[in-house]
Amino acid sequence: MNNGTSMNGNGKRSLKLMIVDDSNIMRRRIERSQQFEELQLVGTAGNGEEAVELFKRTDPDVVTMDITMPRMDGIECIGRLVALKPAVRILVISALADKATAVEAMERGANGFLNKPFTDRQLNEAIQELMR
Amino acid sequence: MLYEQELKTFVEGTTNFFEVAAQQPASIGSPYLMEGTPAVHEYTGVINISGKREGVVYFTAPKAMLTVLLMKMQENDFSHETMRDLVGEVANTISGNARRDFGRDFVISVPSVLTNEKPEVPQKPGQRSFIIPINWRSHSAKLVVSLT
Repeated sequence: MNNGTSMNGNGKRSLKLMIVDDSNIMRRRIERSQQFEELQLVGTAGNGEEAVELFKRTDPDVVTMDITMPRMDGIECIGRLVALKPAVRILVISALADKATAVEAMERGANGFLNKPFTDRQLNEAIQELMR
Repeated sequence: MLYEQELKTFVEGTTNFFEVAAQQPASIGSPYLMEGTPAVHEYTGVINISGKREGVVYFTAPKAMLTVLLMKMQENDFSHETMRDLVGEVANTISGNARRDFGRDFVISVPSVLTNEKPEVPQKPGQRSFIIPINWRSHSAKLVVSLT
């Protein structure tokens, strides 16, 4: 991961997490369900434009990204974030279950894809895979 | 003409949400043809479809069902906005399933959410609207599929 990480109280490497989704329920769900103590939430955004601004201010290491959002969608946002910080790890969490969307997200720089709806276990497995 | 496989895709998109998000499967009632104006509950998530087929698909649910669903999802905000958010997520899942199964032959809109309003259902020759009851715990919602 990048050099901007720090240690948390347990001596574990601390990573900054940003959650991007236009649904309040989904943002809270991801925040509540992720079980990694090394992940410190630095902020949430409801669309791609907000996400880019928040990203510039908080410099996250890990991002969960919805695709279908107003103003700027997740696909465009992924490209913007990767351009700002190539080492960022991005997990797409979307109801769009078609292969073409997943491929497009990966081509823009996403590192993983999780379909909605998801269980807590699926979410944590996907995040774990992302952080390897 | 609505093919059975197409109907199945929309139904599975709906039931999948309950099974995964609430960890409790929903059951399906017997589908029937809609007559007259569309029936709706308090909250309705709508997707518009064009391309190979044209029309609308919507999921409409009573507030009581959505409240219990939110509880099962460990959510503790039961505001009007959260209800709208939830019904939008169900519609989003239906839309995602349809895109996966139908590919680019179907152009599927981003879901919109209505509160205590009836969606506009186009009335075209050959259009048939099916209502599929979605039963979950003691509550019942409706999936309406209206396509040419």
